[in-house]
Amino acid sequence: MRIVVDLNRCQGYAQCAFLAPEVFVMHGEEGLLYDPEPDEAQREKLAQAVAACPVQAILVDAVETPDRRIRRSRRAHRPGR
Amino acid sequence: MTQSLLHQILDPANRADPYPIYAELRKTPVHHEEDGPFVVSTYYEIRSLLHDPRISSDAHNLVSTGHDPLAEPAQEEQSELPPSFLRLDPPEHDRLRRMTNRHFGPPHSPHRVDGMRGELQGIVTGLIDGIGDPGRIDLVDQFSYPFPVTVICRLLGVPREDEARFHGWADAIAASLDPDPDADPAERGKGAPDARMQLGMYLAGLIEERRKNPGDDMLSELASAKGPDGTLTTMELLSTAALLLIAGHETTVNLVTNGMLTLLRNPDVLQRLRADPRLAVPIVEELLRFEPPVQLVPQRTPLADIEVHGVTIPKGSSLWLVLASGNRDPRRFENPDRFDPDRRDIQHLGLGSGIHSCFGAPLARLEAQFALSELARRLENPRLLEDPPPYRQNAVLRGPRHLSIACDGIRP
Amino acid sequence: MNGDGPLHRLRREGRIVVVGASLAGLRAAETLRDEGFAGSLTLIGDEPYEPYDRPPLSKQVLLGMADADRTALPRRRALDATWRLGVAATGLDMAARRVRLADGDEVPYDRLLIATGVRARPWPREAEAALDGVICLRSRGDGAALARRLAEGPRRVLVIGAGFTGSEIASACRERGVAVTVAERGAAPLVGALGGVVGAVAAELQRAHGVDLRCGVMVTALEGDASGRVRAAQLSDGSTVEADVVVVSLGAQRNTDWLAGSGLGAGPRGIACDAGCRAFDIRGIVTDDIFAAGDVARCPHPLFGYQFLSLEHWGNAVSQARIAAHNMISESTDRLPHLAVPAFWSSQFGVSIKSVGVPTLGTEIVVPQGSLDGGGFVGVYGYQGRVVGAVSFDHARWLPFYEEQIEKAAPFPPPFPTLDRRPDAQRPRDADFPDPSVPTHGPTVTLSGYSPADRRMTFTPAH
Repeated sequence: MRIVVDLNRCQGYAQCAFLAPEVFVMHGEEGLLYDPEPDEAQREKLAQAVAACPVQAILVDAVETPDRRIRRSRRAHRPGR
Repeated sequence: MTQSLLHQILDPANRADPYPIYAELRKTPVHHEEDGPFVVSTYYEIRSLLHDPRISSDAHNLVSTGHDPLAEPAQEEQSELPPSFLRLDPPEHDRLRRMTNRHFGPPHSPHRVDGMRGELQGIVTGLIDGIGDPGRIDLVDQFSYPFPVTVICRLLGVPREDEARFHGWADAIAASLDPDPDADPAERGKGAPDARMQLGMYLAGLIEERRKNPGDDMLSELASAKGPDGTLTTMELLSTAALLLIAGHETTVNLVTNGMLTLLRNPDVLQRLRADPRLAVPIVEELLRFEPPVQLVPQRTPLADIEVHGVTIPKGSSLWLVLASGNRDPRRFENPDRFDPDRRDIQHLGLGSGIHSCFGAPLARLEAQFALSELARRLENPRLLEDPPPYRQNAVLRGPRHLSIACDGIRP
Repeated sequence: MNGDGPLHRLRREGRIVVVGASLAGLRAAETLRDEGFAGSLTLIGDEPYEPYDRPPLSKQVLLGMADADRTALPRRRALDATWRLGVAATGLDMAARRVRLADGDEVPYDRLLIATGVRARPWPREAEAALDGVICLRSRGDGAALARRLAEGPRRVLVIGAGFTGSEIASACRERGVAVTVAERGAAPLVGALGGVVGAVAAELQRAHGVDLRCGVMVTALEGDASGRVRAAQLSDGSTVEADVVVVSLGAQRNTDWLAGSGLGAGPRGIACDAGCRAFDIRGIVTDDIFAAGDVARCPHPLFGYQFLSLEHWGNAVSQARIAAHNMISESTDRLPHLAVPAFWSSQFGVSIKSVGVPTLGTEIVVPQGSLDGGGFVGVYGYQGRVVGAVSFDHARWLPFYEEQIEKAAPFPPPFPTLDRRPDAQRPRDADFPDPSVPTHGPTVTLSGYSPADRRMTFTPAH
């Protein structure tokens, strides 16, 4: 599972950190840190956190395994610019 | 002459379905009747005002309450508890809320609520096990009321057996938000200060006891903790504890009861919830929009003349923010009068917004989720015996007084 | 819309190429599909990874809360795209409508979106930059390398540059118990982005958390030991800082080099676009098939006198990507301007810093809420009598109000009383931004052009 939080929207209500404390951690009174790729075991708590966010700032993958096609179509090239 | 909209909101006859009145109200986003409060009923205006640093929650800033039937003037008598953070502005509000939160939620107590999951499930199970005759259940008395009361008692460390004592005080205090529009304003809410004081004395004894004999409950921690903001004074501690106790009593009961009522009126959703308890999560959010337990916030006042939707609200006037109406604003929500747990866009105002947003929100959410999913799973073929049910008189903390239901049996 | 007009054909079977496979590129691609683009979609990225999120690299990753290779961005939807990852775009032929790739391939397009972003500005002396232990933080690999160094327990980390990234790195060091020195050329941390008044608060925050903060100094040289490991830095005040990790955090350079000679209006300050994200060519004529979004774009902003703004902001990448993608496949009358109020955040030393509007445009500041002395505050920036920006330290719930004030071009200083307004807060004072001709380490908004509103040119050095 991959998630991203739009921290411009976040106002530190901390609902996510209450409901899924293994994924979301308040850093100080208002700052939020989170694990961008939480364990599958967190799925239910994550769903609670996503729904409870008063500013709907948490985005979870809408696609199950988006990277399969990438690996297939990626060609080996020298990395970097 | 037809009854004024203000009276219609407060009229107990409209308690079962206030939403048509709110729709009428929204035609004038800032509604003002002669000498009464300014009533704001549209989503965007309410949300703006909840984040507006010119809007005070401190009753001292109310210049004149005029004929605001919900106004609660500042209490200065010595016997009274000082206002809780609900009725304070920053910086005092921020300090007290921060100190209280230190023992309730992140960053300092991140596992307090999450750690109550098992306990919540256990209390729900016990209450449903004890229902008795499935042919006639009063969901309020047998479930929705005792559940959150037990939870808040455990959280705070209040002995459950004392419940009968403070039940009466809590009701009297909640009733001060429960105006009879035709009653003499001087008589209204007269019992509240007395109840608040008695509750305060009860809590003072309890805190004394917890100081001697601390447990891992919130009261013990609040009474003894010393953080960067110092320690709560005894008076601050008392009003904070009273606030949590009353809020824990008078709101979740309505969320759970409104929830079951709404599910019984929408049997397809109830059926889906029975099949998939995870649906309780979106159901509770939609409930907070559709039937919020706190219908309106009557305790705000501007520090300066402000203009809202073309109307000037003078400094010091009384302001009502009708959250439940904003939640049904068609400018914000598609088909707002439809209960739709599949709604994706759901930034409701059910728990407020801004610095005064509901302190106990995560606990209320979990309580309602456990309650509704277990009721859906265990009650066989549940049905309403009375629709609409009788409501509590309270227009602010709105919910059924009783919810008579029947079912064919209780699943294990 | 004509059923078989050129636009209809484009939407049905056109070729859209997105150069830059990070946040802006990904969100633009998703919007194209959301809006019904059914043709071929190609995303080109120089890094061999699918799009990942960068902000965690200076926070969660350094704190050990997440691995650097586990910050891939979630997908809003399936894309059905061809990904060319690990290969940089090296050239653009505008006439032939082709993007050249580092491996010699050429990719033809009907519409092109450029979202190549920025890269970290490297330490200017190559030999010193190559010392073991000298790190720039921009990519996932950089994040992994720095996290590994911090986990090894270095004796001291030196951070060069106290912009947002540098300050966040210093914060992570302190949280991990690592000694850290921060060297900043300006008078205070964050001074380029938020001015000296707020910069002083940031400085206090750093010192209170045990950072050895040195302002008004430059690092003049890095020294290595016999094995090629960095061991010390010389400062312009004559002092020496011994450090076994040096993080170079001198801001960013826009990735426009590959467009040199293409005829597109691209340079060190970014790619000039109109308010609808259409890129200009070097003649100042707007193209109709090339768009830009994210850190690399510089667009005139209607809210700020049509001043050209380059915004190195996460939120800008998201909102601009959406606008650019929409406009790429829309009739001219259906196109949308990029109007979003700029916003950014930072988390450091346990404080959440958030901003709306463009503080750097402000000349004065007032503190209508809270206090600079602790417990958080809101600072409001004014320019020519109107509100242009706001910043909050642990006061985020009030920012929506100030965002409305910015959108309304409300008068400055705010003429009304507010909750918790301290007696000394009525009076605006100089926001104390550094002279724009003196380079600082960390402005994330660059005013880069003429403002038609006041016919005044703002000088921005081309680094």
